Amino acid sequence: MQPFKYIRAQDNQAAIGATGINEAKFIAGGTNMLDLMKLNIETPKQLVDINKLSLYKIEELLNGGIRIGALVKNSDLAYNPVIIKNYPVVSEALLSGASPQLRNMATTGGNLMQRTRCPYFYSTDFACNKRDPGSGCAAITGYNRMNAVLGTSDKCIATHPSDMCVAMAALGAIIYVQGPKGVRSIPFADFHLLPGQTPQIEHNLKQDELITHVELPPLSFASKSHYLKVRDRASYEFALTSAAVALDIQGGAIKGARVALGGVGTKPWRSLEAENALIGLPANDTTYKKAAGAAMAGAKPNKDNAYKIELAKRTLVRALNTVGGMS
Amino acid sequence: MNESVGKPVDRVDGRLKVTGAATYAAEFPVKNLAYGVTITSTITKGRIKNIDTRAAEKIPGVIGIMTSENCMQIHFPAGSDPGAGKYAEKDLLPLQNDRVFYGGQHIAVVVAETFEQAEYAAAMVKIDYNEQTPVVGFEKNTSTAYKPASGLGGAETQVKRGDADAALQTAAIKTEETYTTPVFSHNAMEPHSSVAVWDGDQLTVYDATQSVMGVKALLSTMLAIPPEKVRVIAHYIGGGFGSKGFTWANPFLAAMAAKQFNRPVKIALARQQVYSTAGRRTQTSQKISLGADNSGKLVAIKHATISETSFVDEFVETAGVATTMLYSSPNLDVSHELVRLNRGTPCPMRAPGESVGTYSLEVAMDELAYKLNIDPLQLRLINYAEMEEQKKKQFSEKSLKECYQRGAEAIGWSKRTAQPGVTKEGKYMVGYGMATATYPANRSASSAKATLFADGHAEILCGTQDIGTGTYTIATQIAADAFGLPVDKVIVKLGDSIYPKAAQSGGSQVTASVGPPIRAAALGAVDKVIKMAIADSNSPLHGQKPEDIMTGNGRIYLKNNTDKGETLITVLSRNNMEKVEADAKTDVSTRPSQPQSAPTGSPEAKIEEESKTNEAVQEDEKTDRKPYAFHSFGAQFAKVLVDPDLGTIKVDKIVGVMDIGKVMNLKTAINQIKGGMIFGLGMALMENVQYDPNNGRIVTRDLAQYLVPVHADIPEIEVQFIDQPDPYISPLGARGIGEIGVTGMAAAIANAIYNATGKRVRDLPITPDKLIA
Repeated sequence: MQPFKYIRAQDNQAAIGATGINEAKFIAGGTNMLDLMKLNIETPKQLVDINKLSLYKIEELLNGGIRIGALVKNSDLAYNPVIIKNYPVVSEALLSGASPQLRNMATTGGNLMQRTRCPYFYSTDFACNKRDPGSGCAAITGYNRMNAVLGTSDKCIATHPSDMCVAMAALGAIIYVQGPKGVRSIPFADFHLLPGQTPQIEHNLKQDELITHVELPPLSFASKSHYLKVRDRASYEFALTSAAVALDIQGGAIKGARVALGGVGTKPWRSLEAENALIGLPANDTTYKKAAGAAMAGAKPNKDNAYKIELAKRTLVRALNTVGGMS
Repeated sequence: MNESVGKPVDRVDGRLKVTGAATYAAEFPVKNLAYGVTITSTITKGRIKNIDTRAAEKIPGVIGIMTSENCMQIHFPAGSDPGAGKYAEKDLLPLQNDRVFYGGQHIAVVVAETFEQAEYAAAMVKIDYNEQTPVVGFEKNTSTAYKPASGLGGAETQVKRGDADAALQTAAIKTEETYTTPVFSHNAMEPHSSVAVWDGDQLTVYDATQSVMGVKALLSTMLAIPPEKVRVIAHYIGGGFGSKGFTWANPFLAAMAAKQFNRPVKIALARQQVYSTAGRRTQTSQKISLGADNSGKLVAIKHATISETSFVDEFVETAGVATTMLYSSPNLDVSHELVRLNRGTPCPMRAPGESVGTYSLEVAMDELAYKLNIDPLQLRLINYAEMEEQKKKQFSEKSLKECYQRGAEAIGWSKRTAQPGVTKEGKYMVGYGMATATYPANRSASSAKATLFADGHAEILCGTQDIGTGTYTIATQIAADAFGLPVDKVIVKLGDSIYPKAAQSGGSQVTASVGPPIRAAALGAVDKVIKMAIADSNSPLHGQKPEDIMTGNGRIYLKNNTDKGETLITVLSRNNMEKVEADAKTDVSTRPSQPQSAPTGSPEAKIEEESKTNEAVQEDEKTDRKPYAFHSFGAQFAKVLVDPDLGTIKVDKIVGVMDIGKVMNLKTAINQIKGGMIFGLGMALMENVQYDPNNGRIVTRDLAQYLVPVHADIPEIEVQFIDQPDPYISPLGARGIGEIGVTGMAAAIANAIYNATGKRVRDLPITPDKLIA
């Protein structure tokens, strides 16, 4: 690990002010940052500890939405009664990720910022355009069973690892950030970036911007939502495929639908194609299968991950059936 | 006197371990300690052109950087006693030249005042290579396979009886399939660690090893220092599973750096380095051909294994060895071939050979059962081996039929529907599977010292070690019974090369090997006290015959008049003796090896001399073992639930019924078997090391990428023992228990998955993608 300076910011302004120097990075739970620093993948010269900031609240909004402080721990969010009742998909997604110990440390803002678990990204003796721009992508011709099939480029096929983000993508969350010039909001779909030719640039956050809140907008049928994750072991493992879905079914027909996929995309993968294939149609297995086909229509497999296309479809169909069966 | 052997005695080191007070190799407080971090190769094959250490040397706290350019020369221990330790890579002695044979090979050591400084400086060292094209990929290189002369310790790797090919041609029913298993990693919780301290020409190494004696012997010969100047200590070991059985570079790098920089040096490998430099289970491809008559009786078994090894040593995964004796068959052909790849050298891993060998053989048996339309359990009974047909010997003890029967009952085998893919529980497909477990019962020469102290406690010194299996506890129980003392009066000291020479912790042999000399030494010490009493006119036992005297509760007394006697302490204090000592060595081996007498005048020769008058040793050694084959057996059963749409597998219950001779301690025994069964579950469903298909370096090299079962994967486990003492292995009747729990488990689960789904996946691990394919 490279030596670094450490400062503890007392408020948002101080935290933002400390980012300009020394290639600083914020640290909250540290559950991803510290791993990456130990492996010399992240080499900040300064860490700005933001744990003293007042960003721990989960607030119900007048419009029916909910506002989540960036420092709310994954476990606190997962077990929040309002989240469980109104946005079960978020709670389920969080509880399907990592381990209790990690969830007790990991934060909402940190989860948005977590980096890929592509093994080549983690191994500095391999080429990786995300870690070392221009060095190449060892995964494309290498061992890529866990890699993405949607949103990939010829420079990168790394999967976005988050479960929480998949649920938030489905719900169309809004991310609030604060910089030296004030506050702005970023729609969830615009926050994470596709790798394209610059896989090292992963999000729309500027170096001197701090995530302060995530807002889950009101969604009448979000209480009829579900997160399903398929993985190689029963706990403490990233998704092979996952699906976050919410359905508004009235009189047997689908009036509203939200669909996002995990484990298959280079970013949390909201599938408008699937949603469009659901809305207005009868809530049944045939519809769900068509929607699953639409969701994966653009998938591009590599040597070891073609199975993800079929598995993601089945995962989505199962999740839709589960929500469709909720009375 | 209640015997403690067989009782579920709590671990004597349990409190130390859970409170963190047990000292592991990297934890010994050593004054003036410096920290070594090794730099490993980032190419797979080639030569080191240049190591630029200039920037790294300027990092504050750096003491020095050891490379092949400046390090001391070491020697390969050619001609040394093969039982005295195996250096894992004979053609790659640490840092001796510029050659790179695999990715992640040690090539330099940075030594600094702190671990962090050493780590940082290590990242600043720039290495230029002349890269060469490595041999990469197992499957595409199997055409280069060659037949090795022998396996570990001279094990036969090409075994035939009858004419298997001819019998297969005419067999009524045949199966022939190839089963593949990936590279597995031991993943002991404690990474390989060594702390080396020189005091003048005396070297002490605290090492995470399964063999303090082996490491001592290797350090002595390879560093050219007299054996009496080397001491190796391993009081507690955080698991080994075979990865600490061979000796790897770490103790040498620590000792070399400590010498070079004149400071004690600690080297603890990073997890990634454990994957690349400290062994693994090799990849295998096993073709199994079975031929049977219409009644299910086997007429031929053919088991052809190809595995891989490195370019710097040869290790054969003897997957077919169990096949030579597991079932009755007149015709048999077992072969092993090797491919060389630019990978680190494989080594034994919990049930080497038997683990992957019983996976393939036992799945093949299941396939044959389906072809015959015979219950898989019935097929095993039809082909039950009443004797060891290859060596033509009787089994020393075999209760496998009872294992099958009790296991079947425990899993609910009668509920199994033979037809695959038809039984449902809710949305899950249900399946039952079974397999036979087996592992050889090994025993080798070992010695121990027993001391009775005048304060009423006793001590055992023994140069084996407890790798987490419970050896401290079992040794305490065995000694306590022999001394006639309660367990809390006995202290057992292990894991130090200054203690009497004893078995390495490998091959499931420790209990069978060290139990008898510990017992004999303790009996010898008590015997000395009895003789003193008989000869002493002040003793109530004066003039009695030794055979009329018993021991128990710290007393010696007359068998037929238990009130007549005295305490051991009384005898010692009356004679003004602080202690009575006895040494014992039992020179018994169940493997073909010649007893080796110690050099005259050596401490070991003294033990051998004393053992000649030790009745327990003499009785043990005179047992005629030649007519017997020593093996443990067991039956493994599994019930699984498979989600047919998603391919996810939930193991619902596993049952292991084991025939391992007499159980020494029910708690540690259940613990060992359960651990083994979980090991087998991981092997069946998730574990595998992946190598990059282009450059051959390891891709999945930490516990996030290499999956082992977590609690949520582990089902209800039922373990039962037959608990029938083996009359020939030793007076204790106990065979080993550390490895057999792995064997058969992967097959039982694989067979259950087939029964549930009708899909036969012949490539481990069985993951969701393979089931939905």
